[in-house]
Amino acid sequence: MSEPSLERNHALDCRLQKRLGEFDLDISLAVPASGVTALFGQSGSGKTSLLRLIAGLDRPDAGYVRLGERTLTDVAGRTQVPVHKRQLGIVFQEARLFPHYRVRGNLTYGMPPSARSRFDDLVTLLGIGHLLERLPGTLSGGEARRVAIGRALLTHPRLLLLDEPLTGLDGERKQELLRYLVRLTREIDIPVVYVSHDTAEIATIADHLALVEQGRLTAHGQLDELMMRLDLTDRLGGFDAATRLSAKVVDHDSVYSLTRVALDDGQTLRIPAVDQPPGTPVRLRVGVRDVALAHAMPEGTSYRNGITTTIEAIEASPQEPSANEVRLRFGEQRLRARLTRQACEEMQLTEGKTAVALIRSVAFDSRI
Amino acid sequence: MFLEAIALSEAEWQAIILSLKIAGSAVGWILVPGIAVAWLLARHEFRGKALLDGLLHLPLVLPPVVVGYLLLLSLGRNGWLGQWLYQGFGFSLPFTWQGAAIAGGVMAFPLLVRAVRLSLEAVDPKLEAAAGTLGANRWRVLFTITLPLAVPGLLTGTVLAFARALSEFGATITFASNIPGETRTLPLALYTLIQTPGKEAAAARLCVLSIVIAMLSLMASEWLARRARQRLQERDR
Repeated sequence: MSEPSLERNHALDCRLQKRLGEFDLDISLAVPASGVTALFGQSGSGKTSLLRLIAGLDRPDAGYVRLGERTLTDVAGRTQVPVHKRQLGIVFQEARLFPHYRVRGNLTYGMPPSARSRFDDLVTLLGIGHLLERLPGTLSGGEARRVAIGRALLTHPRLLLLDEPLTGLDGERKQELLRYLVRLTREIDIPVVYVSHDTAEIATIADHLALVEQGRLTAHGQLDELMMRLDLTDRLGGFDAATRLSAKVVDHDSVYSLTRVALDDGQTLRIPAVDQPPGTPVRLRVGVRDVALAHAMPEGTSYRNGITTTIEAIEASPQEPSANEVRLRFGEQRLRARLTRQACEEMQLTEGKTAVALIRSVAFDSRI
Repeated sequence: MFLEAIALSEAEWQAIILSLKIAGSAVGWILVPGIAVAWLLARHEFRGKALLDGLLHLPLVLPPVVVGYLLLLSLGRNGWLGQWLYQGFGFSLPFTWQGAAIAGGVMAFPLLVRAVRLSLEAVDPKLEAAAGTLGANRWRVLFTITLPLAVPGLLTGTVLAFARALSEFGATITFASNIPGETRTLPLALYTLIQTPGKEAAAARLCVLSIVIAMLSLMASEWLARRARQRLQERDR
């Protein structure tokens, strides 16, 4: 049970039960007051049902939804605040723009006078300034979704709910919209719930994670922590599992188009150039298959990065009989590597030993 | 010579103006209740929905004379509603053009409701839900999303109802009678001419007139609906 003092740090608090035919949803969820919380699970796990209950589009059989101090739904207390009074910004999978309003009209549809000053900034941030006089039928999928996100944010919501906003977009459009979303979530000061079933997407954007499986919440917490849990490997990425590192830009090498970033214990990494001034925090995703281990930094190697770490845990991979999952610690951060069992045995790697984690610079995706 | 031959006589003009006035009023009074009932049927589930649906369609399948007679029974000076109207407001409907408009409206009502209901059902409820999440209450959703998107169907329904009211005969002659200048609309005037020996030419003229007016209203509706649809689907400017 959480303490009342802790609850105040939650933007959204809910406990919801609903029976939908054969499917049984029973989830308690607390969304932190800042950052992006990913609601993650396979399709059919109940993510969208949960979202609809929170939005007030459906009624639960039992439970409650609280937004800060305000009760939106309380089955026992017979409270059900109607959808239009919930102050939630919701962006659906399909953009759902109104075909008879121009983009400007869509954006201002739910805009209170108090949000008028944010209009220009938001339009710029979402890159939709040139679309204002167009009708929704003429927009591309990515453009339409950016408009839908702007429209939801201009209602001055206390929480933004995004339901798989990248679904149905092709690779390039997906990356583009994801970049907009990452920039946006850094700028806005309201909590975001991001529904998705794509681990790469979540590793890019989310701070917290709620793992939903068959109508139940099976894991919940800081995404960085959960990505470290070896028992969640097959849920969070499986073959493509990854670690996230936080670092700060130190300097740029314009000749080779590389950027040097510092980790919190002072060790540095070279990554493909990121267009950010020194001091900017960056979030790096390192695939578990992109990390190799050595006893010492080898000479004459193409590896650009070697971080000195301590081995924290070694476990057999749950899905791959040839591999071990290795968890490494350096400073306050942790890193995962997937090695063959053979290598682990030959190198006599054991918990507590020191090892140098080798990471290729080109393994980092700095496009975002 | 030719122009004189096709120039309309005063009686013909009277019948046309009266027909348009009565049909227009008929559509006027059923428009709002018709949209309301169509919305109720399209967007809500309630007890007795099937019964209401059946009752609404009665004027389509009943002989119009029966409808006219029922109107006379209820709205006549001795009818339960007519008595109240007459004693309370000194207002009597039978044998007046207002009565003819009531009869036309009742006959046209199911057609209007049908067309409007179909077009309301075609409006994506997801758009209405989206409007709700943007803070719009039920009324704002209705007037800014549902109705504007249903405009093509609204236009079709209105013109259909207008045409039906214009051609109304049985219920009108039973309830409002056939009084020149008051309730003698085009169909009634035509009927009168057919009953009179030696008026075959005049009857033929009214026949052609009816066809022209019906065609014009159909074309107008087609044009308006197409414009409305184009506005909704406008591609790049």
